[in-house]
Amino acid sequence: MVSRGQFCSLDSLNLAPPQSPLRGGFRLNLHEYQSKRIFARYGIPVPSGEVATTPSAVRDIAVRLGGAVVVKSQVLVGGRGKAGGIKLAKTPDEAEQRADEILGMTIKGLTVKKVLVDPAANILSEIYLGAVLDRANRRVVLMASSEGGIDIEEVAAKTPEKIVKVMAHPFLGLKPHQARLLADGIHLPKELTNDFIKIAQGLYQVFVATDASLAEINPLVVTGDKKLMALDGKIAVDDNALYRHPELAEMQDPDEEDASEREAHRYGLSYIQLEGEIGCMVNGAGLAMATMDIVKLYGGDPANFLDIGGGAQSDKVAAALRIILGDSRVKAVLINIFGGITRCDEVARGVLEAIGTLEVRVPFVVRLVGTNEEEGRLILAEANLITATSLADAAQKAVAAAKGEQP
Amino acid sequence: MSILVGKQTRLVVQGITGREGAFHTRQMIDYGTPLVAGVTPGKGGETAFGTVPVFDTVSNAVSATGANTSVIFVPARFAADAILEAADAGIELVVCITEGIPVMDMVQVRAYLDTTHTRLIGPNCPGLITPGEAKVGIIPGHIMSKGNVGLVSRSGTLTYEVVYALTARGIGQSTAVGIGGDPINGTSFLEVLQMFEQDPNTEQVILIGEIGGTDEQKAAHYIGSQMTKPVTGFIAGQTAPPGRRMGHAGAIISGGEGTAAEKIAALTQAGAQVARHPDEIAALVAQNLR
Repeated sequence: MVSRGQFCSLDSLNLAPPQSPLRGGFRLNLHEYQSKRIFARYGIPVPSGEVATTPSAVRDIAVRLGGAVVVKSQVLVGGRGKAGGIKLAKTPDEAEQRADEILGMTIKGLTVKKVLVDPAANILSEIYLGAVLDRANRRVVLMASSEGGIDIEEVAAKTPEKIVKVMAHPFLGLKPHQARLLADGIHLPKELTNDFIKIAQGLYQVFVATDASLAEINPLVVTGDKKLMALDGKIAVDDNALYRHPELAEMQDPDEEDASEREAHRYGLSYIQLEGEIGCMVNGAGLAMATMDIVKLYGGDPANFLDIGGGAQSDKVAAALRIILGDSRVKAVLINIFGGITRCDEVARGVLEAIGTLEVRVPFVVRLVGTNEEEGRLILAEANLITATSLADAAQKAVAAAKGEQP
Repeated sequence: MSILVGKQTRLVVQGITGREGAFHTRQMIDYGTPLVAGVTPGKGGETAFGTVPVFDTVSNAVSATGANTSVIFVPARFAADAILEAADAGIELVVCITEGIPVMDMVQVRAYLDTTHTRLIGPNCPGLITPGEAKVGIIPGHIMSKGNVGLVSRSGTLTYEVVYALTARGIGQSTAVGIGGDPINGTSFLEVLQMFEQDPNTEQVILIGEIGGTDEQKAAHYIGSQMTKPVTGFIAGQTAPPGRRMGHAGAIISGGEGTAAEKIAALTQAGAQVARHPDEIAALVAQNLR
């Protein structure tokens, strides 16, 4: 159950890189201040900071805290510090100024609307401590590294021997001896071991209690007075479990979600916008991916991933097309439906509904196979769309249509 | 006899009176699946579809009918418990169609199942079908035909697509198994490959994988080292951007790993033929028949 100094495949951990565009859609990411409030509830020491949305409120907090503070932008991207989104301030006046600079700034496309004001810490060393799902072992794995404060994937890539991990048993949880192995593996000063065990067990409890897919403290610092403190952290929540966490669902920041992906979510569609010119509407995630791949194979670029799911009704199909056509880069639409639970006639009605209500300027290539395909084709016969029989045929026609070639 | 399901199957449907459960139960009966019972708590004593007795618990269904296989159509928030109920009732094979079960529920379920004799297929899967014998799940029966090609896949509609192309070419299937798109599932590619390798009715195998995880790589290792039957592979998600979950909860490329390229390389190295797109799969399989 323990492997020390061994690089645990980050893929098997299902750990998405912090810089990846994971915001919105399928996984709820909590802000730093939200994550730290949850940490505190499970006995993990965090700075006594507060959140503000205006420079004057930041000043008030700095006065209350007394001494130097750190003003930290609250946006769901990595690299906030490098982007100038985290600043030290020695006085309340300076804190107000720094807040004025940070609030409203744009970091990787996101506007800063909130800052966290934490008392500045005297840092002796920085540790990484994280909990993620290890899908290969089907366990929650706790990872620690003496190389805190930087991206753990970077540590994993360059110095994997500096990551120590233990697996929590689903029925037993994280036991003290396991946390002690982590402390030992990162050469933590012995007088801090007992505090570290409480923090590691607390983090595991946070993971379970929030149905997290990732909970990490980075950095966990040793302060000047030889105490451990979680200076920064994040939690990503498994959205399949949000039904039992209404308080977490409320924490979702609508500003962080792409508008079209949000609308897709509302209709129960899986939609991810990409950069190509061929809009794809498909039923089934695997078939949707394969459709994108074949578009690429024949020289096109998919504009999106879109899975309408099983058994979609016409209104859902119409919504899907509205979202696809809302992307101005789309030069052709490829509809690929393999009817099983999904009925081709329902899809065809949705396509007609969309064409009737939207201004459609781009060609449509339609492939309907399976349940009620004849009915579907009859419904679409009058609409004068490009039809295809095989997937390869459909992809080639869509690529040609996007280039303005006549079928 | 093909693998996992067949004439020996005695199927109980958990969630038989729900919208999805009822719709697909009708189709499973019409296909000729040996379906012996249904379970919906509170509706025990009723009869569904004219002949199928409904029970309040899986345990009652097993005692009364000798059910050995269950298929689950209950909503995600109740599905993990439904799997455990089936295992506790002594069901040998549990097929969970439900999508959206919280991952931490599956962590517990898998750890518990590992202490029992119950095998789980899925969740978030289309189920499995042995043509002409038993359809357990939602794979459309009419596209299947009896034959000697085994198929294992993480994706539903992509499976249908491939089966459809096989049948159109006159190539029949022994069993098609959808293992599901979740990060934690009951049965892996590797285990299904081992069953196909042992099955006298299966002459060659199709493996349809996708991005995320390392299940395909483990399967590739087995193909390269121990499997004697030819394997044709396909991996979906070559154009998927890193860090995004492509519909299936398990379909995500993380930290540059779990990519389609890496899986295709592993399969190719193991001696499997890898199709560039789904339409090619049936053509490659046909070549092996010559």
